[in-house]
Parts: sequence; structure tokens; C-alpha cells
Amino acid sequence: MRTALVRHAIDSASLLAEVTRPANGAAVLFVGTVREMNDGRAVTGIEYTAYESMAARELDAIVRDAAAAHDTDDIVVEHRLGTLDLTDASVVIAVGHARRAPAYEASRWIIEELKRRVPIWKLEHYTDGTREWVNAGTGAPR
Amino acid sequence: MDVTVLLFASYADALGCSSTTVRLPAGATAGDALSLIRGMPGAERLPTAPLLAVNEQYARPAQPLSPGDKLAVIPPVAGG
Repeated sequence: MRTALVRHAIDSASLLAEVTRPANGAAVLFVGTVREMNDGRAVTGIEYTAYESMAARELDAIVRDAAAAHDTDDIVVEHRLGTLDLTDASVVIAVGHARRAPAYEASRWIIEELKRRVPIWKLEHYTDGTREWVNAGTGAPR
Repeated sequence: MDVTVLLFASYADALGCSSTTVRLPAGATAGDALSLIRGMPGAERLPTAPLLAVNEQYARPAQPLSPGDKLAVIPPVAGG
């Protein structure tokens, strides 16, 4: 198990290699990327910031829970911070497991929990030069 | 007692700072600290019940604070 907040491009192939073992019959790789449109607005890039010490703790807790629930230690998650361009990977989740079903389930659960509770924020940059915090106008998620 | 209040993202923009220190009576709660923050210029842009964390763990407004605690006021998260 390993988690990290990084400020460089995420090497998804190396994360996949970290969870690939002879005991595993499946490896699921999730790559979240910067999309060109959000809520009808043209995006040029996203600046990710975090409450880094707490984000690291929450991310670690999520991965520990997923590992315990799905009986695998082969989970690696990296989330990137800083300014990202379109198509850059913002988050990569690699899960290795003996069986595909729990690998898919763990991967999906981790990204949903991450989005629900890890204190990371996105400042979207738009083609018209404006910038806005994503979800800033919404209520608390929990 | 003094408590450090951390602000992030849209909340840091609204209040014009990313951290401040508030002085509270003994026994004060996270919600009491938030009430002081609400007196700052720009705080009208905070929602009625923002997420709070004490020393890096999500907390309810009723949580008592200790001297030196770090109270974070957490905007809606948007990772991934």
C-alpha cells in the first residue's frame, strides 16, 4: 500500500507495475484526467491545492480501509497538486487483486471516497481568462 | 487560549488570508471559534455550516478545543 500527493506528472505505468504480482489475477488502473469542458464552460487547465497534511492522512485512511475490506495490500494512489493542463492525470489509482471483482470494487470505492472527503480543491481556468473554485457554491458533502 | 484557524481555497479568498489566530475562553468549541471568524470581513461568503476539522480530523461544531489546536474550515472538497 502506498499513497502520495505529488507535484510532478504521475507515471501510471509504474503504479500499475507496483501492484502487479504473480498472486494477482487482476490489476485495475483508474486515471482521472483534466477535461476540456465542465458545466458547459471551456477549461484550459486546473490548479489543484490541498490541506496537504490532512489530505495525506485521509487518503492513507481510505486506502487502508479499502485494503482491509477487499483483502489486498496491492493498492497505490497518487494525487497530483499544482497546475495541470488538459489530459494531464490528476489522480491515479492502481489496485491488484487475485480476482477482478474486488479489484474493480476497491478502485471505485477509493475514488468516490477521495472525492467525498479528501481536502483537495480545484481552481478551474477557463478560455475567457476567468478562474473559479469548483463546487464553491455547493453545500457541505457530509 | 489561542487557536490557529486555517482557511483554504474559496474560503481563503473570501477572507483574504489562509490562517489566523483567535483567542477563546477555556472550554470553547470549534463552533465558538467559527463564530469569531464570522466577524471577519468577507465571512458573509461562508456557508451556514461549513465543514470543520480539528488537528486534521473532521470535527463537529460542538467539539471542545485545546490551546494550540488547529481548526480548519474546509470548503466543499473537489479532488480527483
